[in-house]
Amino acid sequence: MTTKTINSIDRRRVVNMIMTSLTAVCAVFAIAVLVAILGYIGVRGISSLSIEFLTDTPKPVGEGGGIGNSILGSAIMTLLAAFLGLPVGIAAGVYLAEFGRNWFGNTVRFVADTLIGVPSIIIGIFVYTLVVLPMGRQSGFAGGLALAIIMIPIVARTTEEMISLVPNSMREGALALGAPQWRVTWNIVLPAAASGIATGAMLAIARVTGETAPLLFTALNSRFYNYYLDQPMSSLTVQIYNYATGPFEVEHAMAWAATLLLVGLILVINILVRFFTRKKF
Amino acid sequence: MESKISVKNLDFFYGSNQALYDISLEIPEREVIAFIGPSGCGKSTFLRTLNRMNDTIAIARVDGSVVIDGRNIYAPGTDVVALRRKVGMVFQKSNPFPKSIFENVAYGIRINGIHSNKADLEERVEKALRNAALWDEVKDRLNSSAFGLSGGQQQRLCIARALAVQPEVVLMDEPASALDPIATQKIEELVVELKRDYTIVIVTHNMQQAARVSDRTAFFMLGKLVEFNPTQKMFTNPDEKLTEDYITGRFG
Repeated sequence: MTTKTINSIDRRRVVNMIMTSLTAVCAVFAIAVLVAILGYIGVRGISSLSIEFLTDTPKPVGEGGGIGNSILGSAIMTLLAAFLGLPVGIAAGVYLAEFGRNWFGNTVRFVADTLIGVPSIIIGIFVYTLVVLPMGRQSGFAGGLALAIIMIPIVARTTEEMISLVPNSMREGALALGAPQWRVTWNIVLPAAASGIATGAMLAIARVTGETAPLLFTALNSRFYNYYLDQPMSSLTVQIYNYATGPFEVEHAMAWAATLLLVGLILVINILVRFFTRKKF
Repeated sequence: MESKISVKNLDFFYGSNQALYDISLEIPEREVIAFIGPSGCGKSTFLRTLNRMNDTIAIARVDGSVVIDGRNIYAPGTDVVALRRKVGMVFQKSNPFPKSIFENVAYGIRINGIHSNKADLEERVEKALRNAALWDEVKDRLNSSAFGLSGGQQQRLCIARALAVQPEVVLMDEPASALDPIATQKIEELVVELKRDYTIVIVTHNMQQAARVSDRTAFFMLGKLVEFNPTQKMFTNPDEKLTEDYITGRFG
């Protein structure tokens, strides 16, 4: 072996070591930020958490109060958003993946990508103009609708991606048995992509659970337990915003506790995703 | 003699690329026909014109006719779904569905509504698995995933799946190319066995395999059919110099 090749091997080793360490440092940094945020929220939030806090409605400063109505409101609006947004989003994704190789599909794809990039507050203003103004007041329905509109393009694109991962050989196998196109999509492709689609759906739900801006315009807030979709409705995120921007220390503490709860909920959704999407076959 | 499949002046294009040139060929009923030829010679493409599998490719175009049981399958108004039920296919890479072993075989029966009741369905699944020489190996785990089977078993499962819808013709696209010699032997024995009930067209890269299983062999090169003769003659006294060169490995 010549000296030159030995040198080049040494050089390669050194470069390899430097690059590996660099990527490792960046990975540690990314994790560290996450841990720091979670830790800080945990420390600040845990002290104000109590059963009363989780079930009570907001009260005047100094008299305690809680976020029970906000939890309920967030749950109702998120469910409504999922109910409205998931079917449309998933169906659109199926269309894009299986039948969308034409100008119309390309247009839909482009519009969906643009919608994903639109700041959520603009969706809020849109629904405000479309629903809130004609109705004359903010409502849980308007909030759920805004969240659904945010979900649709996300779900459509992840669904399309997951379906595109299903190997073409599987479609051909079914077609070769004399299966019509719609049965191939319905019986073979969708089940094969189901866990991926469910993951995308849950992640979209987790995403809108954390939305604040569109709800400010549409659902506003409420100090009471509200089960009616045509009335203003409280949500965790808007309530956090209110508590956090309030002048009193005790409100800030409640904001931290609500934040902890929200982060915990999103974590639970993500764990559920993992749990329900384990491969069966 | 009446042919099961009669191909006349078939040209095939991928966009502006012509992949098959003026193929004419008669395939008799209940025989095994082998397609051989170097990679990219068009034998798989040709196989896929026989059940219109190429329809899934947007830029594909076909000229000429493929007549099966007296009907041109490229005539307007042809029911492609019915055609594919009659002309089944086994692919190069086994492609079981993400379902149980039982459901894989039952799928084609279900979608075509062939069975009369649950017992009949079970009977048909068992028969298909027996025909594919797989029943004894899987009868105790019909409800477990098809992905748990070995490569050779998966391929036989795909054969069972194709047989379950009672096709008349079975197209096989290098069904044993990814399998070890023992699994290959099982598939070959199966092909010979199936000849009693089905017309079989098999694409293979393996010349010995073509010699072992087929009654007739078609040799393709560069999109053209060079020679089509009884296998016996093809491997001992071919008409074309090109065929002889290819079969004896003197190529270039």
